[in-house]
Amino acid sequence: MARVVILGAGVAGHTAASFAQLWLGKNHEVVVVSPNSKYNWIPSNIWVGVGRMAVEQVVVELAPIYRKAGIDFRQARAVSIHPEGGAQGGQPYVTVEYTEAARSGEREEVAYDYLVNATGPKLNFGATEGLGPEKNSLSVCTYGHAAAAATAFEESIQRMARGEHQNFVIGTGHGLCTCQGAAFEYLFNIEHELKRRGVRDKATLHWLSNEYEAGDFGMGGMHLKRGGYITHSKVFTESLLAERGVNWHLRAHTTAVEPTKVHYETLDGENHELDFDFAMLIPPFAGVGLKAYDRKGGEITERLFNPAGFMWVDGAYQAKPYEEWKAADWPRTYQNPHYPNLFAAGIAFAPPHPVSKPMKSVNGTPIFPTPPRTGMPSAMIGKAVVASIRDMLTRGATAATHTASMAEMGAACVASAGAGLFTGTAASMTVFPIVPDFEKYPEYGRDLNLTFGELGLAGHWIKYILHVMFLYKARQRFGWSMIPE
Amino acid sequence: MENRKPYQQGYFPPVPTATTRFWRTNLLWQAWRLLRINMKMVRVIRASHH
Repeated sequence: MARVVILGAGVAGHTAASFAQLWLGKNHEVVVVSPNSKYNWIPSNIWVGVGRMAVEQVVVELAPIYRKAGIDFRQARAVSIHPEGGAQGGQPYVTVEYTEAARSGEREEVAYDYLVNATGPKLNFGATEGLGPEKNSLSVCTYGHAAAAATAFEESIQRMARGEHQNFVIGTGHGLCTCQGAAFEYLFNIEHELKRRGVRDKATLHWLSNEYEAGDFGMGGMHLKRGGYITHSKVFTESLLAERGVNWHLRAHTTAVEPTKVHYETLDGENHELDFDFAMLIPPFAGVGLKAYDRKGGEITERLFNPAGFMWVDGAYQAKPYEEWKAADWPRTYQNPHYPNLFAAGIAFAPPHPVSKPMKSVNGTPIFPTPPRTGMPSAMIGKAVVASIRDMLTRGATAATHTASMAEMGAACVASAGAGLFTGTAASMTVFPIVPDFEKYPEYGRDLNLTFGELGLAGHWIKYILHVMFLYKARQRFGWSMIPE
Repeated sequence: MENRKPYQQGYFPPVPTATTRFWRTNLLWQAWRLLRINMKMVRVIRASHH
């Protein structure tokens, strides 16, 4: 009997754990280590952040699901990986520290035969002075942050109802942020709610972003066929910003957030500031800070992780200029090159390079979106990794058998622009592939028959259906494995 | 809108006409779009699973 240990229970980790138990559970042991007791369907946090959903509607308790499925769940955070074992022998193990109240702070060594690192991101608020819910800005990255944002939003609405004017600044809190989509959704949900509550005329809205052009979203934007033209997503994004009366500030690295003022530097080297009453700025991501040690206890963290804390896998990591980037640089199996029983999934893997073109301000400050690895690709990577482990354990495979390159997969994304069964709208988008492949699709890097976008009520319905469907899947209800990632 | 006055940033991008906005929330049209968008997404999902 082998033991498969999965670090993390987010989209990638929970998907990996669910399929590992389905495929291997009868004969092998599946262990999940996660510091959180709940699974959070993060795409719906934006609705929590405007008060249209309660926290309870976007989370699921993990322990009962794992108990029922037969998965060993340890509510703990991973501290270090020992891929060669330690003084006791050559069995690889992970050191974990419990976060559940009854065993808080207690450390344990969890042995593994296969390890999937799906630890997700560290929300690196510390990268920008004054950034984050514990300082001067809000966030919707966790359900707790979103609930706090909803409270602050309600206070702003009350002030506007009393005749006060409010400035909203929403966007990225650092020059190297990813996940602009979540902030973008939040911006339009705020605008929609202000209109619905009859106070839109009392608000000025600002979109602050590290994108070179609006609609980049860390993917270099995308080209779409629309109205007889092939048009870049910049046009549609600016159209929506203009339609909703939002001011936009791009190519921006947020340098500091004071209690009522955001400071930012732009690519031209100029320094600017924006006054705000309400600021929701997403943080940059980093790895969770796992360490690694060899059998003798010597630190080998650099062998497993890049300087930002993301795990090396099978990508082409040698530095090269943007013009030489290729789709083939992107990892396919997510297997660590030094330890074949070690995999990464979701945000935890180290991307070979960004997708958007790297830019530096005249002062040398890097300002460009880092690559997105959330949602659909995270889940698909988690499933592919576990399928490879299954084949190694049960079919005698000597190498990873399943692939999920972001340069060979597409993504379906629904960006809410306001909630409401009859009045809501969302941008429904598909992109194929996520990472442009200019060898296969020389003009635009993508298949324009599979890359598309449209704004409408249908998008809101789809986003709500996805909310229901993926929480059903997370609960492992009847037929869950038939629901695609 | 303040930012859509001449030579301000919102003056330049295309904005939807009243007809376009009407179809965005027309129930019958959106029911049809729901079907079409889902078909498109299924094609992308199929192309992505190897």
